[in-house]
Amino acid sequence: MEQKKYWKGLEELHNTDAHQEIVKNEFSEELPFESEGLLNATTPRRDFLKYLGFTTAAAAIAASCETPVKKAIPYVNKPEEITPGVANYYASSYAIDGEYVPVVVKTREGRPIKMEGNTLSTITQGATSARVQGAVLSLYDTARLRFPSIGGTETTWAELDKQVGAALAGLGGAPVVLLSATLLSPSTKKVIGEFLAKYPNSRHVVYDAVSYSGILQANEASYGKRVVPSYHFENAKSIVSLGADFIGTWLNPVEYARQFAQTRKINAQKPEMSKLFAFESHMSLTGANADERYTHKPSETGAVALALLAAVGGSVTAPAIADKRVADGIKKAAESLKANAGKALVVSGSNDVNVQIIVNAINNIVGANGTTIDFAAPSNYRQGIDSDMTKLVSDMNAGSIGAVLVYGANPAYDYFESQKFAEGLKKVKLAVSFNDRNDETTELCKYIAPDHHFLESWNDAEGRTGYYSFGQPTILPLFKTRAIQDTLLTWSGNATTWADYLKNEWVSKLGGQEAWDKALQDGVVEPATAPALGGASFAGDIAGAAAKINSAKKGGGKLELVLYEKVAIGSGKLANNPWLQEMPDPITRSTWGNYACISNKLAKTYSTQLGDDYEINVEKKVLKVKSNGKEIELPLLIVPGIHPEVIAIAVGYGRGANVGRAAAGIGKNAYPFVSFNGQTFDYFTTDAAADATGAKETVALTQTHNSYEGRPIVKETTLEEFIKNPLEVNEDRRELKKFGPDFRKDATLYPNFSYPGIKWGMSIDLNTCFGCGACTIACQAENNVSVVGKEEVAKAHEMHWIRIDRYFSGDEDNPEVVFQPMLCQHCDNAPCENVCPVGATNHSSEGINQMAYNRCIGTRYCANNCPYKVRRLNWRDWNGADSFENNLYDVADMNDNLTRMVLNPDVVVRSRGVMEKCSFCVQRLQEAKLDAKKAGHPMKDGAAKTACQQACGADAIVFGNINDKNSEIYKIRNEQQVDRMYYVLEETHVLPSISYLAKIRNKDAAPKAEKAPAHKEEAHHA
Amino acid sequence: MYRRVSILLRKHFVSVLILCASIVIPFSSVKAADPAKGKALFQTNCASCHNVHKKLTGPALAGVEDRWPDKKLLHQWIHNSASVLASGDKYANELFNQYNKTAMTAFPSLSNEDIDDILAYVKNEEKNTPGGKTAVADPNANETADKGNDNSLLFGIITLILAVVALILMQINSNLNKLAGDKEGVPTADPVPFYKNKAYLALIILVLFMVGGYLTIQGAIGLGRQKDYMPEQPIFYSHKVHAGINQINCLYCHAGAEKSKHAMIPSENICMNCHKAIKEYSGPELTTAEGKKIDGTAEIAKLYDYVGWDPEAGKYTKPGRPIEWTKIHNLPDHVYFNHSQHVVAGQQQCQTCHGAITEMDEVHQFSDLSMGWCINCHRTTKVQFADNNYYSIFEKLHQDIKDKKIDSVTVEMVGGTECQKCHY
Repeated sequence: MEQKKYWKGLEELHNTDAHQEIVKNEFSEELPFESEGLLNATTPRRDFLKYLGFTTAAAAIAASCETPVKKAIPYVNKPEEITPGVANYYASSYAIDGEYVPVVVKTREGRPIKMEGNTLSTITQGATSARVQGAVLSLYDTARLRFPSIGGTETTWAELDKQVGAALAGLGGAPVVLLSATLLSPSTKKVIGEFLAKYPNSRHVVYDAVSYSGILQANEASYGKRVVPSYHFENAKSIVSLGADFIGTWLNPVEYARQFAQTRKINAQKPEMSKLFAFESHMSLTGANADERYTHKPSETGAVALALLAAVGGSVTAPAIADKRVADGIKKAAESLKANAGKALVVSGSNDVNVQIIVNAINNIVGANGTTIDFAAPSNYRQGIDSDMTKLVSDMNAGSIGAVLVYGANPAYDYFESQKFAEGLKKVKLAVSFNDRNDETTELCKYIAPDHHFLESWNDAEGRTGYYSFGQPTILPLFKTRAIQDTLLTWSGNATTWADYLKNEWVSKLGGQEAWDKALQDGVVEPATAPALGGASFAGDIAGAAAKINSAKKGGGKLELVLYEKVAIGSGKLANNPWLQEMPDPITRSTWGNYACISNKLAKTYSTQLGDDYEINVEKKVLKVKSNGKEIELPLLIVPGIHPEVIAIAVGYGRGANVGRAAAGIGKNAYPFVSFNGQTFDYFTTDAAADATGAKETVALTQTHNSYEGRPIVKETTLEEFIKNPLEVNEDRRELKKFGPDFRKDATLYPNFSYPGIKWGMSIDLNTCFGCGACTIACQAENNVSVVGKEEVAKAHEMHWIRIDRYFSGDEDNPEVVFQPMLCQHCDNAPCENVCPVGATNHSSEGINQMAYNRCIGTRYCANNCPYKVRRLNWRDWNGADSFENNLYDVADMNDNLTRMVLNPDVVVRSRGVMEKCSFCVQRLQEAKLDAKKAGHPMKDGAAKTACQQACGADAIVFGNINDKNSEIYKIRNEQQVDRMYYVLEETHVLPSISYLAKIRNKDAAPKAEKAPAHKEEAHHA
Repeated sequence: MYRRVSILLRKHFVSVLILCASIVIPFSSVKAADPAKGKALFQTNCASCHNVHKKLTGPALAGVEDRWPDKKLLHQWIHNSASVLASGDKYANELFNQYNKTAMTAFPSLSNEDIDDILAYVKNEEKNTPGGKTAVADPNANETADKGNDNSLLFGIITLILAVVALILMQINSNLNKLAGDKEGVPTADPVPFYKNKAYLALIILVLFMVGGYLTIQGAIGLGRQKDYMPEQPIFYSHKVHAGINQINCLYCHAGAEKSKHAMIPSENICMNCHKAIKEYSGPELTTAEGKKIDGTAEIAKLYDYVGWDPEAGKYTKPGRPIEWTKIHNLPDHVYFNHSQHVVAGQQQCQTCHGAITEMDEVHQFSDLSMGWCINCHRTTKVQFADNNYYSIFEKLHQDIKDKKIDSVTVEMVGGTECQKCHY
């Protein structure tokens, strides 16, 4: 098969001079000195001797200090379940903003340090996301509120209870409103209900920063049920996403990505997979993983949905779609949906009720109800109705609200008219916040009654109707906080503690203490047998919805603006999480901040200097984006595959000064661009304009940091070709045969090492890696990987041990995307090992490329000689691991004694000047081996899991002992995936321990001619 | 805090002696009942309340078989003391009253054979005097062994003598040269005194540089190493009294050694399991390494103060405070060490690394805990290759044993000296 050309950015696609320059100088690093150079100094030699003398003396003094006396302080009364050095695991639930992920929390010596998915949950089946992995760090957030306060001064809970009690009593019948984000906890809702029942006219308003009100209201109009149904992507053969990023951010992406992955697992024996069509305005994670992807303006969303409805046979007149490519795509998608009726699913990210009604109509026609959409056990992931919120704000401004109690919501930041909300709040007699930090809304409240972090608290969660998950304290409360449920119980005069309340609820529901204990141990309670999927009869007003869509204003501006959520940051609730801030966005590969994403075509209109080499320079031109009468200034970022007339901006940034050091001042708040259409919030505008301001701002991208110089490292084929000739994708491997029958032995002069016991190996399936980044954060949490900050990321100093490279291929306006997780390949013939002058990196008898930090002297030879560019030097002292004080470089409070509690005690922190990289989670391997040794049996396959493997919801990563013929990894390489399996840069004979499975796209085989796009191919080192 | 004391009882043969003693003594009195097994059972089940020679919570067990009228009854008593008391047995009831009506824990799980093993062990122990020292090495033997092995002083003296001789010979040579020159009328330069002779000076500087460099490097390697470190602890806790004389199993207090990377310093509630009953120290006299006398009872009182126990009232009267022990065995942060790996999987004795702990009143660091020390042991120690099924995957090594190419497998042969076994 002809090798496709992959490019990580436009500069590489067009192979500009600037790109060639940066490739040439990849390893050069300017010295971090501000002086003009030692040689130009007036007395360089004398100064040098002075420095030498001083540092020698200083080092001698520092080193000859007495060894410090260390204390060992045992418990007075050791809790029975704690053995220092041995981890305890507790089941809990991640339920922030309505996302539902049952988890298992690993604690060491009473400190939660890691979260994994709970495999007993049939909904998520052990899957996690980057945000779930990162949430444990938020427990130790230094910006968390540490005590209750009144008017900004610390108070006691008793005093707060007294004052709030008096204030509530003095409302004189004015309504009390509890304003919260979506809550999944049935018992919490009961507590809220009992509290509100004490006050006449009071109500509970649910407000979601990123709203799904459109789906809820459309389902009410179509089926008479105001619910979000449960989606079953695993049953779908044909999926159409109309701007719904269900793999990255839509509703409960952990669940959907896992389901979708089940339809993408493929081998030559069973060459079948689902087909995903994406119609969207900007490049989302789902679009990037789609088999066929089409772009349109956000104002055309309704038209696309209508055209699709018409094409599948709905009784509407199809509006004209101007773009022929999109029109063809709709036809294709409709054919696929019809051909797979009963195994088809259409989802839409639109928050417009009418669009969602049309989507319901399509799903009804293609037989999705009861097969891929389940109304029998609907989901509770989002419950906010937008008009409830707008009504509340106008009521507040009218002065008719007595008290507002805010819990988990932050409208002063993320409500589109935040100013109006803030003014309204001033007119409310009593404003209480239960939020965990002094966020934008909490700042405006007089009474602050901070809630526990969810890992400190009891809770339950009902993600899907009838499917429960629980939360239990995994650590004593760090601060003088109190569970909101305890607070509300106190205020409603109920003397029961929340822990007892919850227990009583469940003991009576489950029928006994024993059942409750088991529920807490398992973490989930689910129906014994999954109930049959239930459909619903469609009764929506298609004609009415179509009329409204057609009459909606199309906007006068040349440009349109679309708001989106970044995979790591989401709505912005976890914004003060340095891990998530530094996680490269799957598509743009940028960290720390938001920006205006535009196409290359549009970028060229702002400056002739912009264009192909633009991704190389970290200083980006700043655009002033205007829309809706609001304007913000953001650096522009060229993103291939975005519609040429669209600007996309991520929400969740531009946080207030008090939300924490990592989030404050990063990016700009895009929520003001949201508008209310009378029914729901719109997350796009049609009248955008943008001008270059002349200023420049840094955007810290990571993808441009390494170059493979065009070498073929990604392999892919189409489903059609794979069925025809499964081996074709690996055609180039036949070249290796010329060395002899056994490439490993025959292609080298070196002796062949044997691996007498265990030989670790990993397989990564490019077909089910969606690029979500959960593995990156899981690795960071497991291995104490440092956070370096925006400035250092811009200098290519990021420390992630596993990165997910994103490559584009094909046409720059409609590119195809492929994600490739890249980590140390643990080569059996590792180039890094030969060049280390001090033997700090060497090979183990289990095939691990070992790194002995204390031997490393930081020459960086190994990094320069690594073909995979996976080695990371500690350019600064990120962790305070140096012997010398005041060397610490910490931009995000990662070294506060509180934050350091998250560190994994089985892994050291690395000091300055030391190289590090993926260790295959050797601490986990050693532990699993020790367990097997102690039990006296050989290691079982699956007993040792790497952090990335465990975090991956799609099971794209398989790890194990390849010497064990019964292991999954052995079977994948030698039985199941012989055709797709390949090693990256295999021809170099470095013999990596990680194999990849080629990506397969379910699209029509491209004509051969299209495979060589018109660009300067010859300029590349092929 | 630093108190370095020269410890004479060192080297491996002390532990070897102890091992020999503990093997030889039991075998000298082989009977149907197995006192060696009884010892283990005694330490697991009985030692927290009973001692052979002394009263603890329960009576001293020496002569227990003679005191009980009937061995069957004794079995019954151990299985379930309440049933014997209920039967109205006179001796049993007297005993019960004598010990403040503290009921003896029932041991239904012990078989009659087990109990006989324990009794055999007790009988065996009766012969030893209280506080019996089963294995005391002759310190002088150790010293001679040390001297016999260490020839560096001898070599040093010889080198020095040879150097002086060489110097004298060179002086003589130059003088003779001068004389010969004078005689033949060849004018020679005035002799330069040796302290001004550049060749000598260069030589001296070179020697000083080498010696200084050697010492500096040795000093640098030794930085942070604390062999023989014996800090003063907040309570004079004697391992000799507990683990030696009273033979409490190491794992009774350091329970983590079997389960965790940490052996665990016991929490105070573990101390109180016994010290609720043991209020006074009545063993041999305790002295610190400096010779200061220690009042054992006062040290127990310190524990009561920490834990908040009122021995008069027999209850806790104030909240406990943790004891801040000074940590003796410190490994650098970049070393991962797991006790359970060595104790359970490796079947190592505590004494291998910690020395004759049962002989130490105050614990000192027995080994230097250097990497070379670890590696040397990994090179020579054999793994449980045949016994532990985990190693069944090493097919080639098993074949080599079968083929008699090797007779055993060391830790090193299964990768035990690789960097990432301890550094990650």
